[in-house]
Amino acid sequence: MTESAAVPGIVAPAMNSGDSSDFIGNRRPESFLLRDDLQLLMRRLQEDGYTIVGPKVDQDAIVYGELTGVSDLPQGWTDQQQPGKYRLVPRDDQRMFGYVPGPHSWKQFLFPPSAIVATAQRVGSSWQMSTQDEPAPRYAFLGVRSCELSAIAIQDKVFLGGAFVDPHYEQRRDAVLLIAVNCTQAAPVCFCTSMKTGPRCQSGFDLALTEIDTGFLVEIGSERGRLLVEALPLRPAVSEEIRAGERGRADAERQVTKQMNTEGLHDLLLEQLKSPHWETVAERCLSCTNCTMVCPTCFCSSVTEVSDLSGDRVQRERQWDSCFNVDFSRVNGIPSRDSISSRYRQWLTHKLATWQDQFGTSGCVGCGRCITWCPPGIDLTEEVRTLRQLAESPQLTAAIGETASSSLPPNTAPQNTTEGRG
Amino acid sequence: MAATCEPNQNPWLSHSVRIAGITREIPGVLTLDLEFEDSARAATWAFRPGQFTMLYVPGVGESAISISGDAADTGRIRQTIRDAGNVTHSLTGLPIGATIGLRGPFGSSWPVDECRGRDVILVAGGIGLAPLRPVIYHMLHHRQQYQELTLIVGARDPALLLYPGEFEHWRTQGLNIIPTVDHADESWRGGVGVVTTVLERLWLRSPAETMLMTCGPEVMMWYTMQTALGRGIPAGSLFLSMERNMNCAIALCGHCQFGPYFLCREGPVFRFEQLRSILRIDDL
Repeated sequence: MTESAAVPGIVAPAMNSGDSSDFIGNRRPESFLLRDDLQLLMRRLQEDGYTIVGPKVDQDAIVYGELTGVSDLPQGWTDQQQPGKYRLVPRDDQRMFGYVPGPHSWKQFLFPPSAIVATAQRVGSSWQMSTQDEPAPRYAFLGVRSCELSAIAIQDKVFLGGAFVDPHYEQRRDAVLLIAVNCTQAAPVCFCTSMKTGPRCQSGFDLALTEIDTGFLVEIGSERGRLLVEALPLRPAVSEEIRAGERGRADAERQVTKQMNTEGLHDLLLEQLKSPHWETVAERCLSCTNCTMVCPTCFCSSVTEVSDLSGDRVQRERQWDSCFNVDFSRVNGIPSRDSISSRYRQWLTHKLATWQDQFGTSGCVGCGRCITWCPPGIDLTEEVRTLRQLAESPQLTAAIGETASSSLPPNTAPQNTTEGRG
Repeated sequence: MAATCEPNQNPWLSHSVRIAGITREIPGVLTLDLEFEDSARAATWAFRPGQFTMLYVPGVGESAISISGDAADTGRIRQTIRDAGNVTHSLTGLPIGATIGLRGPFGSSWPVDECRGRDVILVAGGIGLAPLRPVIYHMLHHRQQYQELTLIVGARDPALLLYPGEFEHWRTQGLNIIPTVDHADESWRGGVGVVTTVLERLWLRSPAETMLMTCGPEVMMWYTMQTALGRGIPAGSLFLSMERNMNCAIALCGHCQFGPYFLCREGPVFRFEQLRSILRIDDL
């Protein structure tokens, strides 16, 4: 794994290599890569044995997939996003990274949606148990946004920072090369400035690019990044190019208009666990799991058994799961969270409050995916705003409590029971 | 109290264990005696009272099962299982000699060291006695280290009391056992009523020097805590063992979250103070 990835207590995204001290807080002057020379960078990555993953158009959205060359990039495309809506639309220029992240995130490559974690093979009357130790793919991510670098740093804490390290994530994370791209536009769902995760890439990358019409300003973030561009025809950026890059980055910053007040949010949410507002959200929430699937930090999973026809060879397959699934909390056939209100409460309070207790950071990077991809367009920043208002006004809470269809039921009286637990 | 199973190993690796013995306890509940097939793994096996393992039936799945045996007995692992779901149904239907998988041990443990020199009360409901039995073994092995030892054990009816065959032996070793049932029959000579009624009337030598551990249905544990607090036992001396859906047991899958905790990591054994503010919030 990377040197800094698993160090507990580091909140800022970790550098991808050990030579961070040269670069943090002391930005290297940017170099310039001509637009037509991006192909050389991609070829270099391929020659170095990387599988390049980056943005491409598929099924009317900009998604992440394997790229063979520059022509796979979503050149001339952008997107329009708002709560519950995503539209792919043409740009009036030929920008390759002129979009805001879509439904995919990089987690699907570091933490695959489906992976075999163990196998069991029948041998005579016994079983041979083993783990799956195939070599992991060596990815180069092209086009990682600042909020996404933060998301990767958060998942580093989840999968690498505890007593048990996930070997699948670790292998992929160790090998990955991160080429970031600074946002030059933002969507109405973006709120990275509130979460202090963007829009400008600060650290945690090997290279960071800023796209302007004629090419890319290049910032080196690690020794690996420096070696990568060594053989490329980079030249010092001229002031006009630097100004164009600054303008683009400033555009993005200005376009981030959505805000979420995070002050005291941890305690505020945990004091609102009995709020009638969860029931109000549940009237809109479909419990469809979309928000957790598109979230770049959500990490819940389930392992299921996949048997061959004879039953003699069994694979244990880990798949993404979601706290919005009823079965997720089932114990001995009974779900702990039987209502949509309790599941939405679990998701929001975990993401924005208890995540801090568990990992020393918020679980939200302000990317806005959960807002865009929520079919009824539930906006967590609005729900937080309402909960904050309710916390400040008990009278308002009482009024909502009367109108909500039914708030969380009161606890039952002690029963004369000692029935078993399994 | 955090625990690790062989930290340098792939945490997804199950070890093969053979079912060496089966004890039928009460209807739907049995205890398996398990032995590692790999002698090297057997040599490093150790657990602390209160910890659990993931037992694995290939093709069916894994289930979190608390260890109910004696930590001093290094040759075999005893686990008491209730037939309650797919995996436990399969586990309770296997014959002697069958091989299953085991990962662990995982989780936090009961405060047997902190209890030294104190009076200790154990309150068990139904199969909740299973994760407390290793505490009983430990304290009776080191009887001189503890003061008064009391077990209040509740069940719906006398036939559903767990491990009754061991009660007499435990009593002779210095454990005060008070069984109580909801519904007695003619032969029953113990108490009738809930465990909290017994706790309410129990003579306490010194509440401030008393520690209490409980395992059973959540509502039973909650009222046990309230009763204990009412009797003057400090909140910091109360411990309980929780249950939630456990899928990975290594704090990576998210299933067992309860408020800020992963039950597989900070739990299953908690100091009451850790859970006091969230234990009675419905559907958390």
